Amino acid sequence: MVPLSWYIGLSALIFVIGLIGFLIRRNLIIMFMSIELMLNSVNISLVAFSHYLQDLKGQVIVFFIITVAAAEAAIGLAILVALFRNKNSIHTDDITEMKG
Amino acid sequence: MSTVELFFAYFAVAMTTLSALVISVKNPVHSILLMLVLFFHIAALYLFLNAEFLAAVQVILYAGAILVLFLFVIMMLNLKEELISHRFINEWPIGLALGVSIIIFIFFAIDKLKTNFKGTHTIEAIKAETNTKAVGKLLYTDYLLPFEIASLILLIAIVGAIVLAKKER
Repeated sequence: MVPLSWYIGLSALIFVIGLIGFLIRRNLIIMFMSIELMLNSVNISLVAFSHYLQDLKGQVIVFFIITVAAAEAAIGLAILVALFRNKNSIHTDDITEMKG
Repeated sequence: MSTVELFFAYFAVAMTTLSALVISVKNPVHSILLMLVLFFHIAALYLFLNAEFLAAVQVILYAGAILVLFLFVIMMLNLKEELISHRFINEWPIGLALGVSIIIFIFFAIDKLKTNFKGTHTIEAIKAETNTKAVGKLLYTDYLLPFEIASLILLIAIVGAIVLAKKER
């Protein structure tokens, strides 16, 4: 049997890759996908804990996380569409109105 | 190395490579298609952890709904311009260094992980009433209020997406 820490390590690795992607990419769509990546890595660790601790509550929480992720993707992409319509760009360094 | 460990090693290597590719390829469409493969790998990992219901939800909801949404939005952006412009912000080494330092901290912490809690949902108990039924029972009893709130969140998402994406008149 694979030890629990392997799953946690894999989950942490994917989470950090998603974090790096969110920090360094210019494209807003890829940044949204990095957020999805981070949510998925958390789901992996929750399901692993649920299996190894023999408690199904982890899987129920994953179900809620997937629901929130779907809502977040819908709203975020709608904001993106509105932004693209106004600025004609989805690069983070083109959006500088708040700099003062 | 046993078969199980080999299986996990394949998934770990494939998923890490795929997620690294997702954030680093230039073409956003390629990035989304790589993400699709990654989501199927994650669904397989859920099957490996005896979570059949979540594996199905992962494929249907993530691969079937969310990624299609992303693909639709990508249709409206200028791909030609995307392919010639820079991928990363100018300060990318800082972000990379931050990520690497966090992962080093986490790997030091994982060694200290200790779990001595054991719940009541053993593999045999879940097998007796199937995974979906067990999750459903928990969802409609202990987690009924969060379940209703989740439906409200989805409703707000529907209304919000329409309001935000609507053209001004």
